Amino acid sequence: MDWLTTTEQAFRLLLTADPDLWAIILVSLKVSLLAMLIASPVAIGAGYLLATASFRGRQLLIQLNQGLLASPTVVIGLMLYLLLSRQGVFGSLHLLFTRKAMILGQIIIALPVLLVFTLSAVQGADPRVRETTLSLGATRLRTALTTLAEVRFGVMAAVFSAFGRVVSEIGCSLMVGGNIAGFTRNIPTAIALETSKGEFAQGIALGFMLLAIALMVNFALAFLQGESG
Amino acid sequence: MKHVTAWFQALLTLAVLAGIPDASAQDLRLATTTSTENSGLLKVILPKFEAKSHVTVHVIAVGTGKALKLGENGDADVLLVHAPAAELAFMAAGHGVNRRKVMHNDFVVVGPPSDPAGLLGITDVITAFRRIAEKKAKFISRGDDSGTDQMEKSYWPLSGVSPAGQSWYVSAGQGMGEVLTMAAELQAYTLTDRSTFAAYRARSGLEIHVQGDPRMFNPYHVMAVNPAKYPDIDFKGAKAFSDWITSPEGQQAIADFQIEGKQVFFPDAQEPDQPSR
Repeated sequence: MDWLTTTEQAFRLLLTADPDLWAIILVSLKVSLLAMLIASPVAIGAGYLLATASFRGRQLLIQLNQGLLASPTVVIGLMLYLLLSRQGVFGSLHLLFTRKAMILGQIIIALPVLLVFTLSAVQGADPRVRETTLSLGATRLRTALTTLAEVRFGVMAAVFSAFGRVVSEIGCSLMVGGNIAGFTRNIPTAIALETSKGEFAQGIALGFMLLAIALMVNFALAFLQGESG
Repeated sequence: MKHVTAWFQALLTLAVLAGIPDASAQDLRLATTTSTENSGLLKVILPKFEAKSHVTVHVIAVGTGKALKLGENGDADVLLVHAPAAELAFMAAGHGVNRRKVMHNDFVVVGPPSDPAGLLGITDVITAFRRIAEKKAKFISRGDDSGTDQMEKSYWPLSGVSPAGQSWYVSAGQGMGEVLTMAAELQAYTLTDRSTFAAYRARSGLEIHVQGDPRMFNPYHVMAVNPAKYPDIDFKGAKAFSDWITSPEGQQAIADFQIEGKQVFFPDAQEPDQPSR
């Protein structure tokens, strides 16, 4: 398989706006962005609480989440599969092999990443920010938002990392999505399939697209940061 | 504060652009084998069914073993598979209804053009397998409990060889396409269905060495998942699909599908010879 011709074919596929290719890209975007949108506020809030509050079991929770950072996505996929299968506890919801199942899986994958990175960012913040804000009579919510704004670079890093992990993961998407063409086939599962079929050009085209998406998301967030940072 | 707000606005905008997922639980879920998907057959014939019946088909392409499991668990509505022994067990256990013949093709033994085991001229698959073992020629097995895998595993005992654990016997645990690619890279033999091989012949550089043994007949059947077990399953869609693929129109669509100008699946729903339950 000639490397150069394959890459050339890949670019031709992208430039000719192959509809199958774009359907796959759209599935990846929809699923991963929605998963991030749902997971981010919850996990960032929880990360802030873990960093600032003190309660029994806090250390255990932190260590649990740090451990989950290394959990293979296929294991999350397998557990979700067993829960969502018609034989499973949530079988009556008919979620297996749908995009909702993929979103659910990606939320579970994103949560510990967001939480742990936010936690360490808030812990690294100057404690005077919180103290000053509180002493000026701000509500707890207001204080939290101010502190998070102060450590926004760390929070951004959390979002980048989590997005990078969910948009590129394959194990969970394949297992609970089923790689259904035009419906749950996203970029990683499509690359695996095309490679298995020997269609390397399609695989490379999708690989480039995945890189481009990651870069665009990074640039977009860096632009927002740049307004004040 | 401004940036946090801006950040959320950006995320919200992106989410709205992306749209809320439009998953519909009542689309027909067809669990089938990698051979029907990898050969390109379904991509050609399914749009004809969808246009006629207004049912959207979601294809879950896995090995036959996994497809039967999906049916058993009620995670698919209709199955199109090729492993008669496993299918009959599936029917006997009450997991499926309305099993019907759809089409057939055949298995072939493929390998490198250099033919290290000297299979050329052999027409009996059992002799060929014995020869591969004698010459310790590399053989790639699917090893994934697919229909092809089950067929291969039924040949070895007949040839008096137990290949598991032998240095020349590679259990890949992958789909037909991966195994053909692997066989090409390792210059090994493998058992494949003719349709998938047709799609891979040119780029793999492998050749057919053994074909035409009646034992390598490869029939495909369609089965609906038993609605008595899962009342909320899309049995109506499953029936519509079974009826269409065995109808003259569906059968013609299968016959019309070609790879490199050759027909690769042969419709046989109308032939009454084998009892289909």
